[in-house]
Amino acid sequence: MQPTAPDAASAAVDKAAVPAPAGTADRGPRARSTTAYLRYGAGKAGGAAVSLLAVLVTGFFLFRLIPGDPVKTMTGGRPISAEQLAAYRREFGLDLPVWRQFTDYCGKALTGDLGTSYQFRTPVIDKIGEALPNTLLLTGTAFVLYTALGMFLGTRAAWRHGKLGDRLNTGLALTLYSVPSFWLGLLVIIVFGVGLGPVPGLFPTGGMESGGKEGFAYVLDVAHHLVLPVLTLVAVEYGQTLLVTRSALLDEMGSDYLTTARAKGLRDDLVRRRHAVPNALLPTVTLVFVNLGRTVAGVILVETVFSWPGLGGLFYQALSVPDLPLVQGLFLFFASAVIVMNTLADLIYPLLDPRVGR
Amino acid sequence: MTADLVQETPRRLAWQRRRRSAVRFWQQYRTHRAGLVGLAALALFALAALTAPLTVGSDVAGVTDAPGSPLQPPSGEFPLGTDRFGRDLLGLVVWGSRVSLLVGLLAAVLSVVIGTVVGITAGHFRGPYATVLMRITDWFLVMPALVLAIALATVMTRSLGTVILAIGVTSWPTTARLVRAQTLAVESRPYIERARALGGGHWHVMTRHVLPNVMPLVLAQTTLMISSSVLAEATLAFLGLGDPTVISWGGLLQDAREAGAVSSGDWWYLVPPGIAIAVVALTFTLCGRAVESVLNPRLGVAR
Repeated sequence: MQPTAPDAASAAVDKAAVPAPAGTADRGPRARSTTAYLRYGAGKAGGAAVSLLAVLVTGFFLFRLIPGDPVKTMTGGRPISAEQLAAYRREFGLDLPVWRQFTDYCGKALTGDLGTSYQFRTPVIDKIGEALPNTLLLTGTAFVLYTALGMFLGTRAAWRHGKLGDRLNTGLALTLYSVPSFWLGLLVIIVFGVGLGPVPGLFPTGGMESGGKEGFAYVLDVAHHLVLPVLTLVAVEYGQTLLVTRSALLDEMGSDYLTTARAKGLRDDLVRRRHAVPNALLPTVTLVFVNLGRTVAGVILVETVFSWPGLGGLFYQALSVPDLPLVQGLFLFFASAVIVMNTLADLIYPLLDPRVGR
Repeated sequence: MTADLVQETPRRLAWQRRRRSAVRFWQQYRTHRAGLVGLAALALFALAALTAPLTVGSDVAGVTDAPGSPLQPPSGEFPLGTDRFGRDLLGLVVWGSRVSLLVGLLAAVLSVVIGTVVGITAGHFRGPYATVLMRITDWFLVMPALVLAIALATVMTRSLGTVILAIGVTSWPTTARLVRAQTLAVESRPYIERARALGGGHWHVMTRHVLPNVMPLVLAQTTLMISSSVLAEATLAFLGLGDPTVISWGGLLQDAREAGAVSSGDWWYLVPPGIAIAVVALTFTLCGRAVESVLNPRLGVAR
């Protein structure tokens, strides 16, 4: 994998390097700002295209690192006849020369064909399509909650910097940040799902629905199943937002404009809400997006532990076989999703902060 | 550069300066209470892991002659209970610390070495080389590291080497960025120009002038990296991608899950390995943050 990524990136960087400086070089008057933004956006989009291409190439070569024959891995060492072996090799296109395999793979991947899963015998893209809404439900709920909680607590911690509340808050966040998410999930299941000693379990231990429910009862049932995984995800992820918000706000704390605002006689609360927080929010937004990769990891583990029928759970199922087309498809999907989200953040960022992208 | 005397004196001076700065560093580090607690806990863990062959011995990992019956709750004989084969959990957790710490340490060192080499060369050589290198770094930076590590570990054979490699080659970009920034700052100072004027080549400038200046940063980064490597190792082992023949904390948790400890509520099987992982990760984070805030007081963290 190591030799492929540089090749791909270097070949592509030459192309991307052309539009990229244009966005930063333009220091024209305000009237030209739209053009400047478009150029900036084009540069970012070009960079993202290059990254996606690199992901595609990595995906191909990574899964051809395997010592031995993928067909043997697939059959799990069971003896099969030479004809069967040849048939399987033809089915997965392994009898073609590598460059043909590569062009076929790229052509198919670009049209959304990610191959067929070994274990489910269905197209990988269909499995991803089935699992995606469930993952979005879980991740979206958790994302909103942990971002809000992290920003709220981070602001409070920075404003009361060095006090007992700050230390407790930051300490708890750091501790939860150090806890393995899967372990926390297992404990949460034991305490709230199975029940400890005389206390009965209040929530389901896994899955997304009990089945046989419709309409409003179904929604309630899913929400009931959602509580524990969301709780676990929020607990392991909010610390990161808290720490970033806290240090971003601490950077702003000594600024002159805050002294000015106080000198005008504004209440402490207003100084914080209207002056300090909006400025501190900018680095927080970027870092939250840069750290999305970590969130993906958290989602994979939490879904595995709670048997949530999402992409993470699917990834785990694929790993244990190993179902290589499915692992490969999910690898491509996760990597692309993170790159796309990051690019979106890059595109939104100059709209929030006019100093960026000029 | 000619006589020994001339060469000796500046070198001795340099060593004196280094010793003084080390003492100053320790004096400042001492004021961080969290860092001291982390350091003490770290010493305890290191001691436990190093003396494990004497205190518990490799026999604890044996499945055949297990001392207790399977899945016993904590008792006088087995302070943390027994696992699904009837092995002593306390012994297993102590024994597992060896693999978890070793893999965490080696993976962190690998990752920091890659990051430092990339960072220094990208900062030293400008032009297309640096552009390409930083592009690759940025690409790795946004990639979900765990997904990449899982993919790597899936396609390679199950061994500790695989785990170390998978964690090491996916976690270096942060280090590379930090080291590059520091390299650029160091190289803009006049004494580098002087060294070049005196005929110092690329290798001389990078190893003799830049490296000693980025070393403190690299040490802080290694400490923080160990913490995330220990977590990553546990995660890979939990997903069944570790070496199945050795005992590690993540592997113990996977055993517990497979043995149905979750649904039967056998909390004592799950709690100790997880606490060990969390405490070690927290310990390294505390030390790393204390080192960081000594080196860069503007950060104002962990006070």
